[in-house]
Amino acid sequence: MTDVVAPSGREEKILGIIETARGKRPKFRDPCITMAHGAGGKATGTLIEGLLVPAFANAALDELGDAGIVSVAGTDVALSTDTYVVKPLIFPGGSIGELAVNGTANDLACAGARPLALTLGLILEEGLDSAVVREQVAVMAATATAAGVSIVTGDTKVVERGSADGMYLNTAGIGVRDPRARLSPSALRPGDQLLLSGAIGAHGMAIMLARGEFELMAEIESDTRCLWPAVDALLDAAGAHLRCIRDATRGGVASVLNELARASGVAMLVEEARVPVDPAVGGAAEILGLDPMQIANEGVLVAAVAPEGAERALAALRAAKAGERAVLIGECRTEPTGMVLVESGFGGRRVMDQLVGDPLPRIC
Amino acid sequence: MKFVDEFRDRGLGRVLAGEIAEAVEPGRHVKVMEVCGGHTHSIYKYGVDDLLPENVELVHGPGCPVCVIPMGRVDDAIALAHHPGVIFTCFGDMIRVPGSNGSLLEAKAAGADIRIVYSPLDALRIAKADPEREVVFFAIGFETTAPSTALTLLRARQEGVKNFSCFCNHVTIVPPLRALLESPDLRLDGFVGPGHVATVVGARPFEFIPDDYGKPVVVSGFEPVDILQSVLMVLRQLSDGRCAVENQYKRVVPYDGNGAALKAMTEVFALRPHFEWRGLGFISQSGLRISDAFADLDAELRFEVPGVRVADPKACQCGEVLKGVIRPWECKVFGTACTPERPIGTCMVSSEGACAAYYNYGRFARDREVV
Repeated sequence: MTDVVAPSGREEKILGIIETARGKRPKFRDPCITMAHGAGGKATGTLIEGLLVPAFANAALDELGDAGIVSVAGTDVALSTDTYVVKPLIFPGGSIGELAVNGTANDLACAGARPLALTLGLILEEGLDSAVVREQVAVMAATATAAGVSIVTGDTKVVERGSADGMYLNTAGIGVRDPRARLSPSALRPGDQLLLSGAIGAHGMAIMLARGEFELMAEIESDTRCLWPAVDALLDAAGAHLRCIRDATRGGVASVLNELARASGVAMLVEEARVPVDPAVGGAAEILGLDPMQIANEGVLVAAVAPEGAERALAALRAAKAGERAVLIGECRTEPTGMVLVESGFGGRRVMDQLVGDPLPRIC
Repeated sequence: MKFVDEFRDRGLGRVLAGEIAEAVEPGRHVKVMEVCGGHTHSIYKYGVDDLLPENVELVHGPGCPVCVIPMGRVDDAIALAHHPGVIFTCFGDMIRVPGSNGSLLEAKAAGADIRIVYSPLDALRIAKADPEREVVFFAIGFETTAPSTALTLLRARQEGVKNFSCFCNHVTIVPPLRALLESPDLRLDGFVGPGHVATVVGARPFEFIPDDYGKPVVVSGFEPVDILQSVLMVLRQLSDGRCAVENQYKRVVPYDGNGAALKAMTEVFALRPHFEWRGLGFISQSGLRISDAFADLDAELRFEVPGVRVADPKACQCGEVLKGVIRPWECKVFGTACTPERPIGTCMVSSEGACAAYYNYGRFARDREVV
């Protein structure tokens, strides 16, 4: 055995360098686009914050919210767009058409705007079975009706065989910002409570299994759904106390929390044991060595609420459609700025970072 | 999850942590190496470090299969992937590992047909589904994954699959441990032994550690309670002045290993005279090649492979990290030039790599309060 070593100042210094680096706007320096740039983690962040935001510099974009807010004749209008390239087109619990409507509607909802109207861009691959197109159009019509939005204009393009995986969809949407709340990713303050609207990881895991790349069978369905009813309930119950709402899609809850912690300059402490994960999702994630916190959702929101409104917000969320399993998962602190810490069920703490690229299964 | 949650029990963890604090001699600093990357991952994931007293330090060993693959072999893999008509299959962890000129992920972006598989059998399935294409599987890992490669090759032979081959990079655990123990700068008091490898080889092969080097070894499971219990067992041996191989992971590890798996490995693989390890250099009889009887399924023989040795980047201290001589943050480039986004060394790539695990999970020193 060796003698006790003195605590090192160097470790602190290195930790400091890493923390500072995290706070800086990422640079886009990659020589080419890889699949990692599309995964919603750090690589996506470098593309957005390192290339797009500086190029298009404007106040609405700088916020990096789920939707941009533009003032039209004195009214705050939320505008959002999303493109859907999911494979397979139909998967347990949903399909590309359902995602295309709910996804954009949810981006508007999480910006605090009731979704009003959508545009639809269809990119179809030569040779695609018309029955598939018909089916997805019917799905979109039904999903839009259920979400209370109209698809008011659109565009169609056909590309050569091999240039698209059957069908790509783009939707853009507008909504009027609700007067009950002012939501912003930079509005979080120490003491704010973090709410999660439901069980996580179902969508990403359903897609991974539906691709059939892993010989794993589990009854996991995508959680795709419209979040407006849940947002509406939150606005009603906690209006002025609401700081920000985010849709935990690509990159999962981990990406959302990290983005918010960074934008607001707060620390976060999350209790892992409180985060609901269905046993099938948890089991599949365990086998593949993935963290459910980093897996995509299509019907789960994270809300940051000032402490005085938290209890009412949670109760309202639980009473709302799609929020029945809502829970308080943690809170904002002061230090270490911009970082998200998780207390594991076992009692130890770790940093919850964003993924760099796609969630990759570990080998053993 | 049944039979898993019990081993993640907070109360049990606290009890073990208390016993560990009592078992370690006051005023001494004990360094225990967990050999396996799976342990490193669990330690960070559950914050096992937080429960240990200040004077018990876990040192992360060379048991991350992704981390020990040298750059030259990654270059060979990329060359294979670029071969016309080849579908190159590999485990997910491998795809971001940098070679001397980019990673497999970048090769994929440049047009190579690279697919992530979860098991070598998935690769064989791809080969059977697409008989016009050559399917190559990038086989890596210790004795943990080697049997599944062996069984896949046996099945390929049995089913007469002609368009499947294996780029074999399997390694064995004992030679690097011996190399580590021979290293003059090593400061370790005991080992938490690799449970998954031991599931195949058994606990017996680790007897040389107490016999030849006088250090205790406890073969351990992967849940946080397993790891704490194993650390406690190592400390007890130290305080009793004993050293032996003990098996904490009895629910899975038979002392003599898995005979069927070992037999399949013997049939399909042969020892290479020497194999290069990232950061550790050449270690004799530490790597496996495909045996002569299965030579027709060896991608290195079927295709032209550059086979150029590439020196580790100068600034990279992966070797010292893997030997437990320095901790990740003591490396000259850790967290500055070498980050998970832009890794220089392999320890920063895989989530099991000591540096990536420390960067991702351990950056928050345990004595700092969250306020």
